[in-house]
Amino acid sequence: MAVPFMYSYRSLWTRRLTTALTAVGMALVVFVFAAIAMLAEGLEKTLVETGSAENVAIVRKGAVSEVQSGISRDQAAILETWPGVATGRDGRLLAAKELVVLISLSKRGTDKPSHVVIRGVSPVSLVLKPQVRLTEGRMPRPGTNEIMAGSSVSRRFEGAGLGETIRFAMRDWKVVGLFDAGSTGFSSEIWGDVDTLMQAFRRPVYSIVIFRMSDQGSFQQIKNGIENDPRLTVEAKRETVFYADQSKALSTFLRVLGTSLTLIFSLGAVIGAMITMYSAVANRVSEIGTLRALGFARASILSAFLLESLFIGVVGGALGLVMASFLQFLTISTMNFQTFAELAFSFTLTFRIAAQSLVVALVMGLAGGLLPAVKASRMNIVDALRTG
Amino acid sequence: MAEPFVKIRNLSKSYWRGGRQVPVLAGIDIDVAEGEFLALMGPSGSGKSTLLNLMAGIDNADTGTIEIGGVEITSLTEAELTAWRSDNVGFIFQFYNLVPVLTALENVELPLVLQGLSRKERKERAAFFLGLVNLSERTDHYPGQLSGGEQQRVAIARAMVTDPLLLVADEPTGDLDRRSAEEVLELMEKLNREFKKVIVMVTHDPKSAERAHVIRHLEKGYLNAAP
Repeated sequence: MAVPFMYSYRSLWTRRLTTALTAVGMALVVFVFAAIAMLAEGLEKTLVETGSAENVAIVRKGAVSEVQSGISRDQAAILETWPGVATGRDGRLLAAKELVVLISLSKRGTDKPSHVVIRGVSPVSLVLKPQVRLTEGRMPRPGTNEIMAGSSVSRRFEGAGLGETIRFAMRDWKVVGLFDAGSTGFSSEIWGDVDTLMQAFRRPVYSIVIFRMSDQGSFQQIKNGIENDPRLTVEAKRETVFYADQSKALSTFLRVLGTSLTLIFSLGAVIGAMITMYSAVANRVSEIGTLRALGFARASILSAFLLESLFIGVVGGALGLVMASFLQFLTISTMNFQTFAELAFSFTLTFRIAAQSLVVALVMGLAGGLLPAVKASRMNIVDALRTG
Repeated sequence: MAEPFVKIRNLSKSYWRGGRQVPVLAGIDIDVAEGEFLALMGPSGSGKSTLLNLMAGIDNADTGTIEIGGVEITSLTEAELTAWRSDNVGFIFQFYNLVPVLTALENVELPLVLQGLSRKERKERAAFFLGLVNLSERTDHYPGQLSGGEQQRVAIARAMVTDPLLLVADEPTGDLDRRSAEEVLELMEKLNREFKKVIVMVTHDPKSAERAHVIRHLEKGYLNAAP
């Protein structure tokens, strides 16, 4: 039979200051753990949502990002008319040839330059990327030096607001429209007409060809066809996979960092919990003797003390999660070192991260409480009772 | 003559202190009859508390047997002994040993948790025994809010609540003023007289010992001859 829960709870309450301090120590560890997991999650989510599952993204063989890719005009022409490309309501093929170039722009309020993606698009691109919505102004006209800027670019970069001008490729470009693409990577881009931009940058090749499949199930067949065609030196991926792959290195790095930091910090928190629980045991030796004399088994004593340290863990875990959940209001921008472009994303708290954080907290509670609880349960009754 | 309630034969116990074996009890034989109130007296270190602990099943003998109520507790395993204690022994300690974070009622209720009673039954039983020791008014007080005498009465209610066969008391009045001590002793006499509890009390206060039916003296691990 277990020692009543009330006993453990009130014992903790009696030493609430020590309990709280120990829990705060654990909360900090949980905060670090959750924050880094949320960061990796936000990054992945942003890049995964950047693509659509029904689209095929085609880049040069071996290219991980659009910047590294190049598709010549003749190859692009073959891909544009590939069998299996869907047609839109107006009869146009839903295929877009796009150019991706990185330019350096200054952030607002500082002179620090940062890389921004300029994407040359065709009118079909908007159909292929339904998450992109024009929010203000209008679309750039083909053949003019007009561009439109994604919401997070226009907010954060000098000259990217509506009606402002940015200078790159030896020309001045007027921002005539602003678009919003939710939390996707497109919000961190500047878009213009693909042919105008190719001229301006003197680029002979496209970066990527994107088309919608008329039949979702035919992806593997299309991929095989394209990759085995001797005229082409490209590879085809689902657009979602293509963008998700771009986040892999960074999010894996973040996860490894998070786990290592958590391991190191938790060692401190576990030792803290251990000291707290050892002193709890030391202060209650005669109480333990009494409980044992009254007929509570060793296992009951063990579980009563484990319960106390697990409770500290739960409180610490919950506290850490509450602190971490405030991070969701933050948007962070960082350089994705696979694409070398600035990417804005937010901390994303998922149920899985919350559950993992609580597990971390409980494991810390358990690890800190185990030895003291074993000590308590193994006490000799007579010796324990003799301790006033 | 009826079979004694407690039957102890050839009981020996020694401790290891600083690498040396120190004998505490040497070949003790003692019987305690049904309904008896026994006082164990003797100077410090005479082994009286050790004998009491062995009878209560919280210590292990080196040799010899202890039979209580027909059960030979010296042959029980540790888990069996733990269960046996919870059903058969009520403890009264010198320093009361109440759990400070539990109220008077919860302290009395504590042993009942092991009896598998419902919450309601536990509360009722605990309240009844608190009433028996005249502390119905102090139900929700914590031990720190009670006087020494009151705490010891709560402890007696806790010892009684499972209706054990045997009450063991180690210097129950050792920490109390004369008046509180009298109250506690009267209560113990009442439990012996009206509830037929077998009581074994360790004391070195002759006035307390006078309350008992039988007084036995221990000296250096040996029991003096029965009167």
